Amino acid sequence: MSDPTTHAASGAGAADADLTRLTAVEMADRLAAGALTSVELTQAHLDRIERIDPTLNAFLLVDAEGALATAREVDAARAAGEQLPRLAGVPVAVKDIACTQGLTTTAGSRMLEDFVPPYDATVVARIRQARMPILGKTNMDEFAMGSSTEHSAFGPTRNPWDLDRIPGGSGGGSSAAVAAYLAPLAIGSDTGGSIRQPAAVTGTVGTKPTYGAVSRYGIIALASSLDQIGPCARTVADAALLHEVIAGHDPMDSTSVDAPVPDVVGAAGTTDLSGLRVGVVREISGSDQGFQPGVQARFDEALDALRDLGAEITEVSCPHFAYAMAAYYLILPSEASSNLARYDAMRYGRRVTPDGSPSAEQVMGASRDAGFGDEVKRRIILGTYALSSGYYDAYYGQAQKVRTLIARDFEAAFEQVDVLVSPTAPTTAFRIGDKTEDPMAMYLNDIATIPANLAGVPGMSVPSGTADEDGLPAGLQILAPAMQDQRLYAVGAALEARLRERQGGYVIEQAPEIEVRA
Amino acid sequence: MSTRTSAGPDRTVPYDDLLTRYEPVLGLEVHVELGTATKMFCGCATGFGAEPNTQTCPVCLGLPGALPVVNRTAVESAIRIGLALNCGIAEWCRFARKNYFYPDMPKNFQTSQYDEPIAVDGWLDVEVPPREGVDEEPFTYRVEIERAHMEEDTGKSTHVGGSTGRIHGASHSLVDYNRAGIPLIEIVTKPLTGAGERAPEVARAYVGALRDLLRALDVSDVKMEQGSLRCDANVSLMPTGAERFGTRTETKNVNSLRSVERAVRYEMTRHAAVLDAGESILQETRHWHEDTGITTSGRPKSDADDYRYFPEPDLVPVAPTREDVERLRATLPENPAERRRRLQEEWGYSDLEMRDVVNAGAVEVIEATVAVGASPAAARKWWMGELARRAKTAGEDGSAVGLLDLGVTPAHVAELDDLVTSGRLNDSMARQTLDGVLAGEGSPTEVADARGLELVQDDGALQAAVDEVLAENPDVVEKIRGGKVQAVGALIGQVMKKMRGQADAGRARQLILDTLGVQG
Amino acid sequence: MSNLSREDVAHVAMLARIQLEDAELDRLAAQLDQIVDWVGQVGEVASADVPPMSHPMPLANVTRPDEVRDSLTVEQALANAPQAQDDRFAVPRILDEE
Repeated sequence: MSDPTTHAASGAGAADADLTRLTAVEMADRLAAGALTSVELTQAHLDRIERIDPTLNAFLLVDAEGALATAREVDAARAAGEQLPRLAGVPVAVKDIACTQGLTTTAGSRMLEDFVPPYDATVVARIRQARMPILGKTNMDEFAMGSSTEHSAFGPTRNPWDLDRIPGGSGGGSSAAVAAYLAPLAIGSDTGGSIRQPAAVTGTVGTKPTYGAVSRYGIIALASSLDQIGPCARTVADAALLHEVIAGHDPMDSTSVDAPVPDVVGAAGTTDLSGLRVGVVREISGSDQGFQPGVQARFDEALDALRDLGAEITEVSCPHFAYAMAAYYLILPSEASSNLARYDAMRYGRRVTPDGSPSAEQVMGASRDAGFGDEVKRRIILGTYALSSGYYDAYYGQAQKVRTLIARDFEAAFEQVDVLVSPTAPTTAFRIGDKTEDPMAMYLNDIATIPANLAGVPGMSVPSGTADEDGLPAGLQILAPAMQDQRLYAVGAALEARLRERQGGYVIEQAPEIEVRA
Repeated sequence: MSTRTSAGPDRTVPYDDLLTRYEPVLGLEVHVELGTATKMFCGCATGFGAEPNTQTCPVCLGLPGALPVVNRTAVESAIRIGLALNCGIAEWCRFARKNYFYPDMPKNFQTSQYDEPIAVDGWLDVEVPPREGVDEEPFTYRVEIERAHMEEDTGKSTHVGGSTGRIHGASHSLVDYNRAGIPLIEIVTKPLTGAGERAPEVARAYVGALRDLLRALDVSDVKMEQGSLRCDANVSLMPTGAERFGTRTETKNVNSLRSVERAVRYEMTRHAAVLDAGESILQETRHWHEDTGITTSGRPKSDADDYRYFPEPDLVPVAPTREDVERLRATLPENPAERRRRLQEEWGYSDLEMRDVVNAGAVEVIEATVAVGASPAAARKWWMGELARRAKTAGEDGSAVGLLDLGVTPAHVAELDDLVTSGRLNDSMARQTLDGVLAGEGSPTEVADARGLELVQDDGALQAAVDEVLAENPDVVEKIRGGKVQAVGALIGQVMKKMRGQADAGRARQLILDTLGVQG
Repeated sequence: MSNLSREDVAHVAMLARIQLEDAELDRLAAQLDQIVDWVGQVGEVASADVPPMSHPMPLANVTRPDEVRDSLTVEQALANAPQAQDDRFAVPRILDEE
């Protein structure tokens, strides 16, 4: 492992120049140069998954056959001189929230443990068009409700940095897979931070694009007006390549934005931030706001790095962010209560039939009780309550007004600065089991990420370093105005390069080698 | 949830009796299935009668991850319906989710419109026909329209294991989602007051007028028997002179115009009996039974009716521009009632004749027949006479069919009439010709040629027959000569008989009179 | 003070078609009461003149042409059905209306 500037991420203790340690950019370059075949690359990942994943539980399903079939086709096409997309042959993992035709798609729920979609999500179709082998489906909190992946019906995913800790959520499977080199790239979904917070606590990069920039068609809905799909990667440049593959207008999604995709790949080459105005959001940073000292320290250093790069740092206030959590925990459950009503075991899903000669209603009630976990039930009931007669105005209606105020806070802030920054999550990864009995404590993990979902603006988490007190990674969140996703990549890439210089490598390279558990 | 069914028939009071004490208030909700090629929110076909579950996709099956996209033509149809009902068209409106669980509804919410309908505040004037022996003139009632909004239909359940496909006693149900997601427009009236004893007829006339209007707009096939037009009738009574409306019931399953009238009338008599007994009306759904002519209790309104409406987050607002609305307004057909008045005047029909034509659904065929050259009188004579008679038994097993389904075109009728007026065929020959047309032997001219049907134009044979008949009937001849010209009819019949029908009766009459030297 | 009683939770669970067991109901009711109290702070925000925001993107009039697209086959449609009969989805008896 000779040259850390070209090998992203040869983690501590890795003695071999394993193919899985390459960045996606490097993989694509080597494939294009004929120095590597997709079958070799895909097989290397499948081998590592087979060895490591029983310990991590990042994958709910591994499709070795399908992935290798795609890899073989790509190799054959390349051998035949065909012009191929940039990421052709580079494998990818897909969060189990995206429908994959012919491949079981569970959304982490017992309810859907046998559900095999007859269609592909648009994102999956684009990945197939890009000719990327799909390694499998990654673990997640049930229906993406959670911040730790502990709410998966199929067991928690472990953090590659510390197997007793959570990998974030809801997309902990995707972030753990990327952090553990089981996949160079993964698809995530972010309703309140489910791409960014897992990225932060696993030392990886994750982007939530502008709402509507990536099609939601075929993505199992949590909260329709908040959900957005995005890339998970180990580097900003890798994330940009996957972003480019999945973004763009889709006529199957009415909320899809019909506008050109910003040049995120070009932006990911940025090295200088001269003249860029960066705002620190007072309400979502600082030890006084409950941010862990080590997380805050890395954030403050990152601000210095941004200054070095030529950015002007100012503090801005978004006063209504204080109410973002409350508004979010009304809007999300309300939309979710309706989106999840379809899981009634009539057309698909796990049917539980009580004794006797039960009616359809009784079967629905029993199936939903048995098929949903506690967190899902809590949120469905909360949302049903918030929408019910007599409470709508006080809860859902009022939350929608607060949402307007939060969007206005963003507008005002973006008149003063080009991007906003904050720590991504208030703490590093907590221990598995620490917060499962206290839903409210779990919710507070998303305090910094939620405002972006409410307003629809794009956000990215890039690693800022590791916290002194526990040696675990922390993330810095970048937020930009809607449809200005390229700014995330410009700031993220420049910061990533500067921190890499200062810290002697990518943050992920500090991760210990995983001890496989029996 | 409890299921209530009436133990026995409900009490009712005589209709005329209740009107001395109560005033009816009606509210009509009509659901129209649009005749679009595809569903409201997905590209599945909408054809009636397809094999079960062959017109479904992830969207209309409510599969995980599927998302709706609005059918542009359905929105345009909704706007045209709104305009035809003299409604204002919303400049900006949204869809909403109506949340409730039911196995025939794939998402367990119906995508509908709630407080932001596409069309509001309109009216439709309906003409209630005069009652036989009571009224001279029809009376006109203005039905105020509250709203028309867009929504989607549900799937269809078949109940298995019980008797005759009903829910009660069924062991399970089978669901076909072909219908799920077909665009519906729900048209809701404001409370209809002041119709008094004519209320049931007003209800019927309104649904009929609406059906005609929708047909003229060409937005739906409006077949009540196939469910593409469905009516729910809200009925309440209030004591005469009261200001507050009484408690209402909503009667569903009213699948013909006649049923609309009967169901409203029945509910009025049932309500009156309950109120007379000092009891109160239970706000509930009632089900109309066509066979027995009564309603039975359905589901009472309950907490389960908390539909938790909220704006549909998977769809964006519909915001028709003024230009869009004006462009659609320009496509509106003539109002059917106005059109009828215009045609009646053009055709010179009496009120009675026109009403019969309308009731027979023959306006369009007559218009088409006139357009290809027939006189209005002849067109009416054929379609309302011979053809209407044949249509009554032309179906399989002698059942009735529509005039348009007879297999005779307006062009055929015009051609046949021309053959008669030109003197080639008499009425009896024309009927034989029609037989041939109906049997698929070709156009009237082709049939007449093939069957050798032609009046004898040669007066020689006819004169010979006339002479014979005059010789055989000296007494009748005497009467005619004595001034009783009408007696000639008896002789014409005999002449025609001798001619085996192959003669023009008018010509025969003329020859008889000429021969006798009498003025006709 | 309790915002949300055990009975309220039972009622809402009925609306949401979740047949909670007693122990679950006890546990969820306590948690939900706390959560409802917390989310209720949205009411502290003065918002009289603030329009509600139901959607982050100000789009309108997104429609598709009325053109038929391929449907699923009946086999695909029924592939995930817990029970099917005669090319239809078989569901338990439906209470309610007739």
